[in-house]
Amino acid sequence: MRKKRLPLAIWIAALFVCIAIIANTRFVSDLSAFMPKAPSERQQLLVDQLRDGIIGRLIMIGIEGGDAKQRAVLSLELARQLRKSGLFSGVQNGDSQTEARDRKYFFENRYLLSPAVTPGRFTQQGMHAAISDSIDALSGDAGMIIKRLFAADPTGETLALLEEFSGNSAPGMLDGAWASKDGKRAVLIAYTREPGTDTEAQARAIGMVKQTFAALPGRSASTRLVMSGTGVFSVKSRDTIEGEVTRLAGASLILVVCLLLAFYRSFWLLALGLLPVVSGALAGIAMVSLGFGYVHSLTLGFGTTLIGEAVDYSIYFYLQRTGELHPGRFWKTIWVGVATSIAGFAALLFSGFPGLAQLGTYSISGLIAAALVTRYVLPSLVPEKLGLRDMRRTGLALDRMLHFAPRLRLLPPALLVAACAVIFQHEGKLWNRNLSTLSPISTADQQLDQSLRSDLGAPDLRFMVAFSAPDTEHGLEGAEEARAVLEMLEKEKVIAGFSSPAFVLPSLKMQRTRQAAIPARSEAARNLDAALEGLPVQAQKLQGFLADLDSAKNRKPLTRSDLEGTSAALLYDSMMIRRPGDVLVLMPLREADSGADRPIDVNRVQEALGKTGLKHPVVLDLLEESTRLFENYRNEVLMLSELGCIVIVFLLLFALKSLRRTLRVIVPLACAVACVTALLLLGGTKLTILHLVGLLLVVAIGSNYALFFENSESSGMEERRRMQISLLVANLTAVGSFGMLGLSSIPLLSAIGTTVGLGAFFSLIFSAILSRSRVIS
Amino acid sequence: MRIPEKIAAFLLLALVSWCAHADDLKIGKLMHLLAKNKAGKATFVEKKYIGVLEKPLESTGTLSFEAPDRLEKRTLTPKPEALLLEGKTLTIERPGKKRTTVNLDEHPEVAAFIESIRGTLAGDLSSLEANYEVGLSGSMDHWQLSLKPRQARLSGIFSRILISGTGPDVRTIELDQEDGDHSEMSIKQADVAR
Repeated sequence: MRKKRLPLAIWIAALFVCIAIIANTRFVSDLSAFMPKAPSERQQLLVDQLRDGIIGRLIMIGIEGGDAKQRAVLSLELARQLRKSGLFSGVQNGDSQTEARDRKYFFENRYLLSPAVTPGRFTQQGMHAAISDSIDALSGDAGMIIKRLFAADPTGETLALLEEFSGNSAPGMLDGAWASKDGKRAVLIAYTREPGTDTEAQARAIGMVKQTFAALPGRSASTRLVMSGTGVFSVKSRDTIEGEVTRLAGASLILVVCLLLAFYRSFWLLALGLLPVVSGALAGIAMVSLGFGYVHSLTLGFGTTLIGEAVDYSIYFYLQRTGELHPGRFWKTIWVGVATSIAGFAALLFSGFPGLAQLGTYSISGLIAAALVTRYVLPSLVPEKLGLRDMRRTGLALDRMLHFAPRLRLLPPALLVAACAVIFQHEGKLWNRNLSTLSPISTADQQLDQSLRSDLGAPDLRFMVAFSAPDTEHGLEGAEEARAVLEMLEKEKVIAGFSSPAFVLPSLKMQRTRQAAIPARSEAARNLDAALEGLPVQAQKLQGFLADLDSAKNRKPLTRSDLEGTSAALLYDSMMIRRPGDVLVLMPLREADSGADRPIDVNRVQEALGKTGLKHPVVLDLLEESTRLFENYRNEVLMLSELGCIVIVFLLLFALKSLRRTLRVIVPLACAVACVTALLLLGGTKLTILHLVGLLLVVAIGSNYALFFENSESSGMEERRRMQISLLVANLTAVGSFGMLGLSSIPLLSAIGTTVGLGAFFSLIFSAILSRSRVIS
Repeated sequence: MRIPEKIAAFLLLALVSWCAHADDLKIGKLMHLLAKNKAGKATFVEKKYIGVLEKPLESTGTLSFEAPDRLEKRTLTPKPEALLLEGKTLTIERPGKKRTTVNLDEHPEVAAFIESIRGTLAGDLSSLEANYEVGLSGSMDHWQLSLKPRQARLSGIFSRILISGTGPDVRTIELDQEDGDHSEMSIKQADVAR
């Protein structure tokens, strides 16, 4: 009796340890935790940008319903309250105060900001040319509007400045606030203080917007709020994931319980049968928590996979207890099954994708725990002789069906050939390169995002030049150096334009150069007098100009704090990302031809920038970069799975000690994998990394069926019948729980669910057909 | 001619001109006449009187109009520039600069200003009245339409637009600003299709 109690005690102690670990575990649901550790510098930039950059912090807000006036009033009040909330680093909606501050900043600092301020600018000739140009501009169509600037800015610096921003489209104005193009929606942009990867903080910010809007004074019930942005998406997908995971796990648990109950007809046996599953799940979560520091909800979602496989162990065990199956042989089969499954999952363990590595850890530790519990704990709890329900009739029926198996023995090989043909036919278009297919965001939400983005004229920020600098001053100097090259590329129409933080805040060096280009007051006055010769302006009307020049020459250079309260501050912060130890400078590029597949020739920009003194400038195509990143991971998983398959073959060879027997196990699995792949392709699905993981699971689960069938070939009739029923029940639980995943609206889960559900079913059928054919012949 | 005859002739003249006056002041009739303008080409000379400058700035170029909503202003001197208005899109072209396209829905002020000219050329009273208080004086042979912006935002840019013409032809467009600066555009019809 003592011998039996020891495993029990260890088991209970281990359970308590697991529960204690899980109680202190952080559960994470946002997809960014699933983001890979980036191996290359470019990809690290991408991840940094997603984590800290403006992309993740931006919330686009729209107010719909009511009339234009109401919407504008709500927009102004909403922005005012949100700014006060402290959750946002900026809220923009075109309000007149910010516009006025912007105008003031650019007008007052025009001599430090204007790219036209060079040493020749304020000589006699320079002024004459600039003022003549300005007068010509006055005679143009905009003359009666820009004439207001003339007296203080006769050389036209303000207009030169505006030219820099000309490619950026700003939203339209309606009743004093930004509005969509069709005028049916007031639009705002808010930037959260916390990074986009902090889904909790994003959820708080989004909640704040909703709450504030609902409580706005005088809001008519017909007005409503719409929101989009990366943060909004991640909060939404987190909620979807949490909801789905709970729902699906619950549903598949009920399904499995019902199936087992129908089979066992005993609550006691059912409860015992679930012990390995529960122990495995607890051990899995605890191991992931120990290994990663957190557990992702999606990993939990795959807990259903464990239900699918670990339940099988107790089913097989009951089978062994019922009949005369030789215990030694039985356990050996189980261990070989566990080992092949582990070899399969181990492929995931080495993935650079934390999500997949978690899945691997969870599955391996869960399976080991479940198998150990089945082997050492269940025997002491389950009676020596189990009087399972007499399933003779079902068994006979099943047997009759299998009588047809020999006639079908050519079917699996034929299907294998056909499936391979289909796969070869899809060569080159096998894989899905479009990442959005993995996104849990609905098309309606994606459309809203598109429409808000175009309302706001928000650039899609696909292309950018990125480089790092030791401090902001060097960063700005770098941006100024890049400018010359980018302007040339703009002339050559390689790019349509670019943004630079130095547009709104030049480097100290540049500001001092510009100050040095301004002559002292008396000299400036002399130059002006001479410059006005022959022009219809008198110098005394331009005294304001001379005063402004003088104060620009002698003022303290501009710093970031001078931008406070302007929209330029946000622009600047979005392009100068302070990191511990250095500054990341991002200069977005505008596409010359947005219709083209690759609208910017990245290599050409890269090459041109390489000739500057910039240290390691990188031209990023975020779309290409993220696609490539995922492709790398897919290739990695592909390689690892191939390795896993080889290990499985060797393992089987070692355990079964026969090439022939090994082949008997492998062939039905190969047929199943090929058929599932072919079916998915024929159904129009393009494969993703998750289908690959699914196929790996097919091998892991299917190997058990194949092993048991192979093993039973030498046993008696009665034995085989019982085993067939057990395998059928085991298979139904797997197909059922994965089929449930297949129903999920989250592409990640449904891809795996469909693949494994189908694959497990095929594995069983093919194993049965091939095995029975051999027995009968 | 004796004195009483002179008086009679004067009275008759006054009566006739008063009758014509009363008739021609009906804005609907002018608009109806203007609406018959289907297409036209003209040359223009524009003078801008800007306080800070000692003399007016003169520019010249061509105008062309095609009913209902295409209007092109091509400045030739001193600096070439082209404005093309088609439906709701305004395209601005300047040599050496990127072509700019502006959607008038997004820029109601620009739209209101342009509508004053296009609305007049097309005889579209409702479009004029949406943005302006419309006043009419003179006779059919020499009418003067005065447009005062209703929106406060517009009056910051100009305080009044005066358009004068003879029969269906628009002769001058004047724009007054609050600070006393103003511009005058005289138009010489070259080719009109009605």
